[in-house]
Amino acid sequence: MEHTSGRHRDKVRASVADALAPLFDGARVMVGGFGLCGNAEALIAGVVAHGARDLHLISNNAGNLGKGLAQWLRAGIVKKVTCTYLGNNDDLHAARESGAVELEVIPQGTFVERIRAAGAGIPAFYTPTGVGTVVAEGKETRAFGGRTYLLEEALSADFALIRCHRADPFGNARFWRTARNFSPLMAMAAKTTIAEADELVALGAIDPDDVHLPGIFVHRVVEVREHEDPFEYRRVRARP
Amino acid sequence: MSWDKQQMAARAAREIAPGSIVNLGIGLPTLVADYLPDDAGVWFHSENGLLGMGPFPYEGDEDPQLINAGKETVTVVAGGSTFDSATSFAMIRGGHVDLAILGAMQVAMNGDLANWWIPGGKMMGIGGAMDLASGAKRILVLTQHVTKDGEPKLVRACDYPLTAKGCVHRVITELGVLDVAGDAFTLVELAPGVSEAELAAKTGAPLRTR
Repeated sequence: MEHTSGRHRDKVRASVADALAPLFDGARVMVGGFGLCGNAEALIAGVVAHGARDLHLISNNAGNLGKGLAQWLRAGIVKKVTCTYLGNNDDLHAARESGAVELEVIPQGTFVERIRAAGAGIPAFYTPTGVGTVVAEGKETRAFGGRTYLLEEALSADFALIRCHRADPFGNARFWRTARNFSPLMAMAAKTTIAEADELVALGAIDPDDVHLPGIFVHRVVEVREHEDPFEYRRVRARP
Repeated sequence: MSWDKQQMAARAAREIAPGSIVNLGIGLPTLVADYLPDDAGVWFHSENGLLGMGPFPYEGDEDPQLINAGKETVTVVAGGSTFDSATSFAMIRGGHVDLAILGAMQVAMNGDLANWWIPGGKMMGIGGAMDLASGAKRILVLTQHVTKDGEPKLVRACDYPLTAKGCVHRVITELGVLDVAGDAFTLVELAPGVSEAELAAKTGAPLRTR
């Protein structure tokens, strides 16, 4: 029986380049974030610098306004995108129209549940979402309690790149507000999860009851204190 | 005469029962929140992972990591919570969201909804639309009655790609309030100054007045 040493020590990496070292051409890469909210900005930029190509990007939006994952599209390092929403992401529309990128668009709840299932060891599940729509084409259906459901398969990846507010050296992580979104699920579904933490804190600094993502799902941690955190659509109201 | 967008939103707000969990779609439906009384006890859900969504922040208080599903900066009310996307869609798919107010490209008299793509047009994607349409307990559509070209949006059968089958319960347009009734739309209420004849002429399916 092959015996390999555990992966759950020495997770903290000194640099983004070090954290991304295992990335390879053709990898399936999940990236957390809802649009530009909760983006692992340094890791996203670091992938372009790494030079890996032909990536299968699995992310809700694949960037916007030329920022975030739009940098990967502009760099031409993506061969396929699995996402839920393009919106006004002109780089993704252009990459789709030119045929530079193969595009797969799926419902958001199905997207995240497929990812969750992969992380939880469930190969497929039935969902009501998409029945009677183009999403159902070619998929098995089954009735439970008189309602029809679609069989959807788990979605896994080689890497997950996530952004967290705070992490400890084991990879226990907390997120800030709505920046959490897909990241904890992607962390579960990837063979190697790399976390970009706004702040690296000591073991024990995060109360066990306050851990959003247990470190078992995180393999590499890099602290990045400065972030742009761009506003995608800044809306405010006047003070009374 | 008919309702303007603000009046449509105000009419839609009357559909929200006190103490409900409500998801407001992108665009026109977001206006509805402005017309709820402060003591309604309504909690707004945003599928990117927020329950207890408040109004837009005061200038200077905006946080780029606190947004709604339209990626606009928002606030969270006291008692609100943030969570991951799987939990958020469990709320939707699991039937815990009482009402979703959505926009539409077409609604059929059997309740079929098309609201994500007009073939030939720019394909924006699916996002949370299919999960909301098939998962929320009640679906209210808030839309203009006809397209910019004057084509009916309330039709016998949708010819655009569906979001979900048989999911819509009620439709509010600038002309009135209509229920989906299988083989027709049923008139619930006319906007001021709108006649039954005008409503019937602009509806692409049989209209039943009761």
